[in-house]
Amino acid sequence: MSKRDEERRRGVFTRRALLLGAGQLGLFGFLGYRLQKLALEEGDRYATLAEENRVSTRLIAPPRGRILDRAGRVVAANDLNWRVLLTAEQAEDVGATLETFGRLVPLTEAERARIERDIRRRRRFVPVVVREFLSWEEMARIEVNAPDLPGISVDVGTTRHYPYAEHLAHVVGYVAPPADTEDDDDPLLLLPGIRLGRSGIERHHDRVLRGRAGTVQMEVNAVGRVIRELDRREGVRGQDLQVSVDAALQKAVRGRIGEGTSVVVLDARNGEVLAMASQPSFDPNLFSSGISAAQWREWTRSRATPLINKTTNGLYAPGSTFKMVVGLAALEARVVTPAERIVCPGHYDLGDSRFHCWQRRGHGGMDLRAALKHSCDVYFYEAARRMGIDRIAAMAKRLGLGVDLELELPGTRPGFVPTREWRTRQGKAWNLGDTVVHGIGQGFYQLTPLSLATMTARLATGRAVQPHLTRAIGGQPVRGVRAEDWPGLGLPERDLRLVREAMWAVVNEEGGTARVARLPAALGAMAGKTGTTQVRRVSREQRERGFRVETLPREWRPHALFVAFAPYENPQYALSVVVEHGTSGSGAAAPLAREVMVEVMNRLRPDAPPPPDRQAAAAIPDPAAGHGQERRR
Amino acid sequence: MTVFERRLLLRDRGTGVLEKLWLIPWSFVLLLCAVAAVGYVALYSAGGGAPEPYAGRHALRFGFGLVMMLSIALVDIRLIARLSWAGYAAGVALLVLVALHGQVGKGAQRWIELGPIQLQPSELMKIMLVLALAHWFHRASWERVGNPIFLLPPVAAVLLPVGLILKQPNLGTGLITLMIGGAVFWAAGVRWWKFAILIAAAAIVAPIAYEHLHDYQRARINTFLDPESDPLGAGYNIIQSKIALGSGGIWGKGFLQGTQGHLNFLPEKQTDFIFTMLAEEFGLVGAAGTLALLALVVFFALAVALRCRHQYGRLVAIGLGVNYFMYVFVNIAMVTGSIPVGGVPLPLISHGGSAMLTSMLGFGLLISVHVHRDAEFGAARE
Repeated sequence: MSKRDEERRRGVFTRRALLLGAGQLGLFGFLGYRLQKLALEEGDRYATLAEENRVSTRLIAPPRGRILDRAGRVVAANDLNWRVLLTAEQAEDVGATLETFGRLVPLTEAERARIERDIRRRRRFVPVVVREFLSWEEMARIEVNAPDLPGISVDVGTTRHYPYAEHLAHVVGYVAPPADTEDDDDPLLLLPGIRLGRSGIERHHDRVLRGRAGTVQMEVNAVGRVIRELDRREGVRGQDLQVSVDAALQKAVRGRIGEGTSVVVLDARNGEVLAMASQPSFDPNLFSSGISAAQWREWTRSRATPLINKTTNGLYAPGSTFKMVVGLAALEARVVTPAERIVCPGHYDLGDSRFHCWQRRGHGGMDLRAALKHSCDVYFYEAARRMGIDRIAAMAKRLGLGVDLELELPGTRPGFVPTREWRTRQGKAWNLGDTVVHGIGQGFYQLTPLSLATMTARLATGRAVQPHLTRAIGGQPVRGVRAEDWPGLGLPERDLRLVREAMWAVVNEEGGTARVARLPAALGAMAGKTGTTQVRRVSREQRERGFRVETLPREWRPHALFVAFAPYENPQYALSVVVEHGTSGSGAAAPLAREVMVEVMNRLRPDAPPPPDRQAAAAIPDPAAGHGQERRR
Repeated sequence: MTVFERRLLLRDRGTGVLEKLWLIPWSFVLLLCAVAAVGYVALYSAGGGAPEPYAGRHALRFGFGLVMMLSIALVDIRLIARLSWAGYAAGVALLVLVALHGQVGKGAQRWIELGPIQLQPSELMKIMLVLALAHWFHRASWERVGNPIFLLPPVAAVLLPVGLILKQPNLGTGLITLMIGGAVFWAAGVRWWKFAILIAAAAIVAPIAYEHLHDYQRARINTFLDPESDPLGAGYNIIQSKIALGSGGIWGKGFLQGTQGHLNFLPEKQTDFIFTMLAEEFGLVGAAGTLALLALVVFFALAVALRCRHQYGRLVAIGLGVNYFMYVFVNIAMVTGSIPVGGVPLPLISHGGSAMLTSMLGFGLLISVHVHRDAEFGAARE
């Protein structure tokens, strides 16, 4: 190759090499541009994304507040729930570990299948629950054999426990997982395994009891394993709550009643609910550990409706227990005077219709006191006719009937008292005959045992007390504990005294309808009123053939009612008893009411209500305190 | 004896180890050590703040590679030139071997086990191709290169290994090999218009050929070209890589403080994504600094090529420079999400023996060119 050729070739090479270098430089520039674009222009966005990758926020479940009764007994507790967890990663052989475990605590085939499914679905370092609610003995067996159980660990959570089980189920309620449709933005609801109040006090005071969730920020790696804790904000534990019910009294009362019976005992002075029993009931503990579908079906389909609290949701005609309302209304309307006598011939004629007194022979001349004492129907037919239904309805509402009493139990029904206007709205006329029937508490009335007890408390004290269950929240007494918190009814003391005296006569005087309900002398006197309400109409033929209710099938027999307060001189307790199909108020309800009142007075003496007690609540340690459950959001 | 006199001596006799050692560009060796040190730091971090399992072995390999590189640097370039085609034949043989008995990795047959090391013949092939092409064009005058018939054998020499690599299948390395061959052709003086025609033809034929492929073949090519079409696989990697690069900011999160890398969000952080690891912990400053070091390596090769007094050395230097440049560019363009091709390491920084040793081999040849830049080849056999 000539020197010229070599020169030329080298010239071409140099030019092209430099061009190539320039191209490479340009591409390096491009890379530099890309880097600065990512780091400078989009750096903030990527920094945020990196943080989102890195930090995982978890919630800490606060312990739920406990519920205590008036004596400081725990009626809703947080029990420790000992659980066994299995971490697949730490087990050399999951099958072998479960095999060994099964020899200590038997596992069913279904349980094993579930565990193995859970393990397959999760990452290998995430523990899965093998078994919950272990007994102490099972725990001990597992702990002793721990070296043979690689991957098995024991962990403690909390579960709601109701020591009084079915005795307080209707009052305290129960907890269950939140529904998907829950209209609630509390982050707590995101915790798997969280339980919220679903009925009763648990539901009404759910916000107080549930507390506030804490958060813990964890650094996690790409597969979700926790590397370290970055920040922890403790939650606020739920506040303890004191209810006015006496758990021991409640248990004793429930021990005395049969199916279809409800009993409400109020402190007449301030409206505190002391006992509230509805039979049958259910075990709320079954909800905590997850209720079976079969059990749920059984409860919801049963004709005895164990899930329904009859004291607040059962609706009954008040029958003769309503006569005090009519009497007071008549006195206020001045359609009768206390001394006026109305003659009872055993029936009452209005146009072509004849209304019977329960006493076919007739009572003769009756003033208001005697009419209440003997429960004479004719007197109240006449009184009702004289003043009309609306005045009766107005008095009923003043005494707490057919109005919302604002009890802290969700779903409590206000009941119903008819008015002329209501009937007109229905497109029907209100007849005088209707008024007459409603004078003795029959007809369209739909009243709860709770409202009847409230009526009795108001009659006994002259104050517009409302029934309530909450005594203290977090140790602080709530309003309504003192009698003075409640306004007067605005009824003349003279009228009230007359009605109370008549009720005393019902129980304590010769000829009263509830002489069986007299208290032992040491306890003082009880005043009350019987009631018997027909479930079916009694036809004229039946009446003429010498009809006897005892021959009817049970579900056609009348309901038996009794309302009472005691002691007569210084009323402290008011109660109502409703025995479904109990046949007669004096026969079934009054004796039961006596038993309950004796129980109440024996148990709750001394007669001053105990102050809401901070010490009582604080003295009982909560085993679950400090055992917040941590779960991943 | 002056340096000039020593060079004359070398030119005439072509021997003298001590003299050659004197001529080795130690500043370049130092530059390589600096790049390897950056790799050590990155791999130390990738190992969770410990020399095991990556950084220690990286240092060991580099030490071994350094000895190999310096040994090769002392070999007379004329001897190397004589062995060019033999090397090429060996490379092709290895490619055939890997096609027949190679290990399947990531769905492609790419490497063979040679005792403790895994060898990727395609890496070696790129260097051998450069040597062979340089040898072919060494004696060709400007007019000769203009003759299309003269160009047919080297074109075949490029297409044979490229075809074998594509068949593995490894589209990325295949295209890179093609581009390295093209760069040597270009530097050797192949006419502009031939490149223009070739590129135009490719631009026309490619879509037509694509249309005539079966659906599954097209899908395969699509995945080759655009791994992000698979968001849970390669797409996830690119996204996490960009997050790591961007979140590093200007100064980075600090040594061993990179969350993306240390919490394993970053995939294959010790190999293909090692640059991302660096950028996350040392920020834009660290990334740009590393890029500058790598650019210096590339431009050193260019400088060697320009200073060489024989065509063989020039073409070898330019080819090897382009080879290393392709690694650097494709890798960093990939981790910044600029191009969709994957599976290219960053030699001297990434963990991995094959890329490191072939790179050191290339640098050894490059230094040999530099040391023997004034060597006289025998009279031209026209």
